[in-house]
Amino acid sequence: MNITTFLTDYLSASLRLSIPLAFAALGGLWSERSGVLNIGLEGMLLTGAFVSAAATFYAGGNVWVGVLLALVAGALAGLLHAFLCVTLRVDQLVSGLAINLSVAGLTAFMSRLVFTSDTTQKLSGIRAIAIPGFSQIPILGPLLFEQDLLVYLLLLLVPVSSYILFQTSLGLTVRAVGEYPRAADTAGIRVFRVRYACAIISGMLAALGGAYLVLAHVRFFTEDISAGKGFIALAALIFGRWHPVSTVLACLLFGASEALQLRIQAFGLNIPYQFLVMLPYAIALLAMVGLAGKSAPPAALGVPYQQESQSDGL
Amino acid sequence: MSPLLAIAAALLVGAGLILLAGVSPLGAYSALFSEALTNYFGFGNTLTKMAPLLLTSLGVLLALKAGQFNIGGEGQIYMGGVGSALVGLYVQGLPALVHVPLALLGGFLFGAIWGMVPGYLKAYRGVNEVITTLLLNYIAQNLVSYAVSHPMKEPGAPTPFSPMIAPSARLPVILPQTQVHAGIVLGLAATVILWIVFARSPVGYQIETVGQNPTAARYAGISVERTILLVMALAGGLAGLAGAGEVMGLKYRLFENFSPGYGFDAIAIAFLSRGNLAGIALISLFFGALRSGANVMQRSAGVPVTVVYAIQGLTVLFIAIGLVLERRVGEKG
Repeated sequence: MNITTFLTDYLSASLRLSIPLAFAALGGLWSERSGVLNIGLEGMLLTGAFVSAAATFYAGGNVWVGVLLALVAGALAGLLHAFLCVTLRVDQLVSGLAINLSVAGLTAFMSRLVFTSDTTQKLSGIRAIAIPGFSQIPILGPLLFEQDLLVYLLLLLVPVSSYILFQTSLGLTVRAVGEYPRAADTAGIRVFRVRYACAIISGMLAALGGAYLVLAHVRFFTEDISAGKGFIALAALIFGRWHPVSTVLACLLFGASEALQLRIQAFGLNIPYQFLVMLPYAIALLAMVGLAGKSAPPAALGVPYQQESQSDGL
Repeated sequence: MSPLLAIAAALLVGAGLILLAGVSPLGAYSALFSEALTNYFGFGNTLTKMAPLLLTSLGVLLALKAGQFNIGGEGQIYMGGVGSALVGLYVQGLPALVHVPLALLGGFLFGAIWGMVPGYLKAYRGVNEVITTLLLNYIAQNLVSYAVSHPMKEPGAPTPFSPMIAPSARLPVILPQTQVHAGIVLGLAATVILWIVFARSPVGYQIETVGQNPTAARYAGISVERTILLVMALAGGLAGLAGAGEVMGLKYRLFENFSPGYGFDAIAIAFLSRGNLAGIALISLFFGALRSGANVMQRSAGVPVTVVYAIQGLTVLFIAIGLVLERRVGEKG
């Protein structure tokens, strides 16, 4: 294998593995920027993975039905999280954990009903679209210009999220709600409404990550297919200091370490595979430790807000 | 009453799921609970599964009292298994009276270290303990898998597991003809000890003060950092004992993936108990019964075991909602 093919292959695997993380991390970013902690990313990602698989299966292989319904299910999961955290003021960690545990159980159960032994064949999957001309560029071409729509969407979402968050009044509103909800409230911003919207966006993005994982990457659903990706996304979010660009770069780092793990296994080097499987988790852990104290979360993160007048509601 | 309502609501949704599977929920539940609670062997199985759940959820609860979310029970169970297996395998020729406590201590210490690392990071470096304990779960699980595939592997074993631990390091079976081992006694003893600590001792008060108001605790001269470190180490140690029990009382070997998610159930149990130590024993029994009856339900009624995981998750969801409803009522009344 020559170095160019290896590099192309390795880099595209890294990208492929980091896409679900990046969607989930971006989702977490929106929610957490508005002050709603989202430990439930794992469950939301798993929701998207299951619903997209089941919907695609029932729609006779139409992946876009799968993607669409994954978005709907993700939005519902986000809505539930918002209802628990914002309206009911449940501890945000507990709400996220409850979502993770429930989704893990529900999807494991439902997948037994949907995918019986004779329906476990591979799902049709999302096909890559090569952009003419650009996809011929060596290494970078196949990497950036021969991907599926979800990857292009993600590549678009990163600058768009940065722009909205840091250059527009809408972004200022979201950040104000995450930093000083009381002040935002006084200024006439509907704190609850912003947090609801952000949590719902969060669920939708995480669910897209799950849909990508199932439809574009592995093409089947199994119990616990998310395997901690939602948690690594959270680490990436902290590592990336709640900024879309650096957060997605952190996801790429985790994706690259996972791809490296798979490559080393394939080469049959004499490293026990367990250490390689551990690698992304260990890197995430070290990243958390290395950044301790330097990474400032939004000031009101995890703190339920009590509106001046409860009757105001949304 | 609220935990009971949450459990009832979760069972109700579970009934809906069982209907989806085309089975009568009444039949499925009666198969599940009559096996798990009224049949001698089934009840034995329930107690066997209750032991690790109880010990681990005590760890989660202890951390929770100090305001720490220990999501790392699963990893701490795995490390506890390693610690006890090391003592059980490589220390030989001791009388059981010495060997058993020593192996338990090994399990406790390994679990404690696994809890202390995130505790230290949280207390002294400000690193969020939720994510570190979570990540450490994956690392511990893979460490065990490595240990039993390489350095601790039984020669010629078909799947990754260690050789048998010395007979002198085994926990006795306490109910004849079942697998119920002394781990359940350990769990109940730990429950009583913790009850005494929280009801009577200054340490318990100190922990609760740190959990409720760290600033006030600091003014009162309590070292918040040291309390967090201590609590996380103890929490890990308790889960470590759960892992030790699985090795020393049940399998007599260290296996790859030997915990079927007890560490995650423990989180649910601790939240459900809402700090009540008698409650934690009862809820562990209930979760143990769910796990022990689930297989029978699958065999006799054809309902997938996974419905039980759904019920467990939903229970936490409903308790979260229930807590708030109660608060609302309290505020109005």
